[in-house]
Amino acid sequence: MFKKILIANRGEIACRVVKTARKMGIGTVAVYSDADRDALHVRMADEAVHIGPPPAAESYIAMDKVLAAIRDSGAEAVHPGYGFLSERAEFARALEETGVAFIGPPASAIDAMGDKITSKKLAAEAGVSTVPGHMGLIADADEAVKIAGEIGYPVMIKASAGGGGKGMRIAWNDAEAREGFQSSKNEAKASFGDDRIFIEKFVTQPRHIEIQVLGDRHGNVIHLGERECSIQRRNQKVIEEAPSPFLDAGTRAAMGAQAVALAKAVDYCSAGTVEFIVDGDRNFYFLEMNTRLQVEHPVTELVTGLDLVELMIRVAAGERLPLAQGDVTLDGWAIESRLYAEDPYRGFLPSIGRLTRYRPPQERGLAGTLDPATPEGALGGATVSADARSPVRVRNDTGVCEGGEISRYYDPMIAKLCTWGPDRDAAIAAMRDALDAFELEGIGHNLPFLAAVMDHPRFVEGRLTTAFIAEEFPDGFNGAAIAEADLRRLAHVAAAMRAAVDARAASVSGVLTNHERKLPKAYVATFGDARFDVALNGRGAPDGVDLGGWAPGARLARVTVDGAPMTLKVDQLTEGFRLRWRGADLAIAVRSPRLAELAALMPPREDGASAKQLLCPMPGLVVSIAVAVGDEVQEGQTLATVEAMKMENVLRAERKGKVRTIHAAPGASLAVDEVIMEFE
Amino acid sequence: MKDILEQLEARRAVARLGGGAQRIEAQHAKGKLTARERVEALLDEGSFEEYDMFVAHRCHDFGMAETTYPGDGVVTGWGTINGRQVYVFSQDFTVFGGSVSETVAAKICKIMDMAMRNGAPVIGLNDSGGARIQEGVGSLAAYGDVFQRNIEGSGVIPQISVIMGPCAGGAVYSPAMTDFIYMVKGSSYMFVTGPDVVKTVTNETVTAEELGGAKTHTSKSSVADAAFENDVETLAEVRRLVDFLPLSNRETPPQRPFFDSPERLEESLNSLIPDNPNQPYDMKELVTKVLDEGDFCEQQRDFARNIITGFGRIEGRTVGVVANQPMVLAGCLDIDSARKAARFVRFCDAFGIPLLTFVDVPGFLPGVAQEYAGIIKHGAKLLYAFGEATVPKVTVITRKAYGGAYVVMASKHLKGDVTYAWPTAEIAVMGAKGATEILYRSELADPDRIAARTKEYEDRFANPFVAAERGFIDEVIMPMSTRRRVARAFAALRGKRVETPWKKHDNLPL
Repeated sequence: MFKKILIANRGEIACRVVKTARKMGIGTVAVYSDADRDALHVRMADEAVHIGPPPAAESYIAMDKVLAAIRDSGAEAVHPGYGFLSERAEFARALEETGVAFIGPPASAIDAMGDKITSKKLAAEAGVSTVPGHMGLIADADEAVKIAGEIGYPVMIKASAGGGGKGMRIAWNDAEAREGFQSSKNEAKASFGDDRIFIEKFVTQPRHIEIQVLGDRHGNVIHLGERECSIQRRNQKVIEEAPSPFLDAGTRAAMGAQAVALAKAVDYCSAGTVEFIVDGDRNFYFLEMNTRLQVEHPVTELVTGLDLVELMIRVAAGERLPLAQGDVTLDGWAIESRLYAEDPYRGFLPSIGRLTRYRPPQERGLAGTLDPATPEGALGGATVSADARSPVRVRNDTGVCEGGEISRYYDPMIAKLCTWGPDRDAAIAAMRDALDAFELEGIGHNLPFLAAVMDHPRFVEGRLTTAFIAEEFPDGFNGAAIAEADLRRLAHVAAAMRAAVDARAASVSGVLTNHERKLPKAYVATFGDARFDVALNGRGAPDGVDLGGWAPGARLARVTVDGAPMTLKVDQLTEGFRLRWRGADLAIAVRSPRLAELAALMPPREDGASAKQLLCPMPGLVVSIAVAVGDEVQEGQTLATVEAMKMENVLRAERKGKVRTIHAAPGASLAVDEVIMEFE
Repeated sequence: MKDILEQLEARRAVARLGGGAQRIEAQHAKGKLTARERVEALLDEGSFEEYDMFVAHRCHDFGMAETTYPGDGVVTGWGTINGRQVYVFSQDFTVFGGSVSETVAAKICKIMDMAMRNGAPVIGLNDSGGARIQEGVGSLAAYGDVFQRNIEGSGVIPQISVIMGPCAGGAVYSPAMTDFIYMVKGSSYMFVTGPDVVKTVTNETVTAEELGGAKTHTSKSSVADAAFENDVETLAEVRRLVDFLPLSNRETPPQRPFFDSPERLEESLNSLIPDNPNQPYDMKELVTKVLDEGDFCEQQRDFARNIITGFGRIEGRTVGVVANQPMVLAGCLDIDSARKAARFVRFCDAFGIPLLTFVDVPGFLPGVAQEYAGIIKHGAKLLYAFGEATVPKVTVITRKAYGGAYVVMASKHLKGDVTYAWPTAEIAVMGAKGATEILYRSELADPDRIAARTKEYEDRFANPFVAAERGFIDEVIMPMSTRRRVARAFAALRGKRVETPWKKHDNLPL
């Protein structure tokens, strides 16, 4: 076995590999750019080598620098993670030449699968089903109709040079094919100056389902079942699960067999993933093969009980796979939610900045530690599985910690939160709770959106397609609707908390003895138009609410209301609380009945009409303008950066608006109160 | 007998109606509560003890004799906020537009006198058209009586003004002399002369809101300390503020049970200071992570944002926080920030509230405008305020502490009791680059040599240890343990006593 490996990556995957290596007694070398000097992966690894400035092209993808780090550190093997150099055949080849093991497939396999046309050809030769289509040029509408008929409707007519939906038509019959061919051709010519057209099968109700394969250098290849990754936003996976709620055993076996056949065809000898698109009738078609460890590999680990990174390292060291296909068992259900630094309330705008608060839920049910806070903690045996007694498992793969920075240079993924349960419902329930318990502040993030998906009936029923998000959230995300019964429970929780806050406030020193404050006997909780009257019992608390040890100031509450548990994020407001639960974010005012009466006399809140301008708050130099005329800006969004006293000051939008005019350009020197831009 | 008792109830019912049902409705239509409703919202339920309910004005001119209202244009008395006593007056806009008569002023003076004698704060809810013109100079004299009590009470009992409607002309000077002014957005304004007079005299066209609304006074003039959405929210915020304040200068600041361990470590603070010394960070993160339960009651949030002032608690006891804010103007001191912080520091010192100061200050703001406007004297106010304060003073230097500004910010030299520095602190006369450019002016043409000189200066002075060697810093602490260290420092200072030489009063650089 290797004595020392280098991880040519950063973030959560670098941390992930370090954990397994440490468990195996292998030394680890991290690489880092200037932006990652204090990153978690650097702290976790035994050694760390600096490889350049923040841009990936000058550090993590700069092959010569990574190769130099390998040479200097004396690492015997390299794990590439995903992204960066992981699918660069030349990198694998360069390692082969220097005698350092590449913990991945041979360069030839990367080459073969890296090219779309070659990979499809190879797949077809290996007996893998591919999307039926005609790749050749089509002369005229008659030929188009003939080909479409051969493929079988519906078909997609596409411009060769196409993109962004232009020059693309779906045809369900001959007439549509004829018409679609002509209009695609015209549109392609107009848009791209290239009117070459091809036709392929249009896959209806498409799902993204992929098969995990694993091979060794002795010709053995097995598959570890599938992952369904249909919940995507703009082709970026958001939620994955294993197994798929859609596949039956027969389809699974057929897909697995094809994936293994393809892997064997290219002498695959590591972990890899064969991606398929599956239609509503469970027809599946090869998309591509990823010749690396996949981001969503933890769900496979959770249902198979295998440590894929460990197996990758072992086969790279020449060991045989310790199990045959028949030994692979799939147990229970696992779901992964990807936490991204993007703000769902602001059109999923990327968000960067400091994680002022980062408290993931407690990991549980795992034999080996995956807790980044205790990297040197106890580690399990040969697998990442499972405390069999635990009814659910929670795992969080991350590369950050509280006080860390989400930088603009890299992937906006903050963490991969995974849950496992004996069945899909249990896994979903565990995920809801884990998302509720995940505390994240300082940047915009998609936690509420993930929670809304977990509560979405179509997701719960498993009726997924790759268009799920586009179809179910067509206007973006504005917070999840909460059922009346749940609102009532939240109102009662808020009232119970208010009672605790009031009781503490009245325990202050200096009170007029015998004339202490008489605490309210009931509260009224209001938010928006909703109003709930909450009676208090003799102990000054609402019946049925157990705050579970919550005390004023605590930011996370695990309460039970009428016996049902709820995990909430709590921020105290002067007259109540901001409660975050599932996909909802509510500011609940809790007042005595009399005060609620008075509050009802108050006029509805309106947005201030002023501040149609952004004024320069100090004499200074404009460094950058972050928006353009016509941009819709959101409250808190960066508008401009002004340098004064050699310090950069970021100016942010005070409220929503649309940029009408911009008066200052970068480099301009401004006096105080000079107008930088105006809003409509 | 029964009739007599009933008569009292009947008289009370009339008094409670103030200017009558119609005017109450008009008040509600404007989104405003009535004087009595405001008192209800401010005080603990059922705790209000009203005085002078039947006082009536004594004016006979201009037909005033025919219209009197029991209680006249103000509701006065006392009650409790979380069980602690406060005196309150609430001007009643439904009675003669809340105008101030001799009797109105007498009622206010009565409870102010009681508050002084009994040692409890006065909270004034202002909603008044001004002097009662019908009473002429009598009304002016009445204002003077209130002013005099504001002055005498200053530093003896906390005085809080809430502007909940118009407050114009001479009337503004009573709130002006109180400790805190809160305003209601959209429905309150304050000015010495209104838009009409302004138009006539200076030909400036301006609305009442622009001239003296909540936004103007919280962000431009600094007259008001905070503003909130409506009457109910504003009064809730006043309750929150009172919870931090001692009842008088004879009492210690309040203590209450707390649920936040003083031992709490905040590992994330170790990475608060960015690698690049010119990159700002949000000082409020440090403030909220150090205070109990992250609860920070900020004052003057929208004015001179380069310095942060407000109240918090450590181990359940009130502290006043002053902190440079690197996010705004690099956290430098200028006229506005010095004035803002100086007034806050003096309030805390007057009422025995310990001071917690966080320092990251690159110096005073240079510029013609600053010098012409008198930064010398205004800057001296903060220096003076910190220097004269005898309350426990704990200071934490996080990054820059340059030049004179370092001395100003509650340094050891101004009798700071406990001064901590983070390892990232740079206590120096100025930044390394500036220093090198002065010290090695002859080498400026050679960038390599200058760079080497700068590096040399940085290595020597851009750290807390030179100051620590001199004892100007009591201890260099880990950022993550700031809460624990600060809590222990204040605990150690609970017995602090300081003798000051007798003086009639000081003469700070006004």
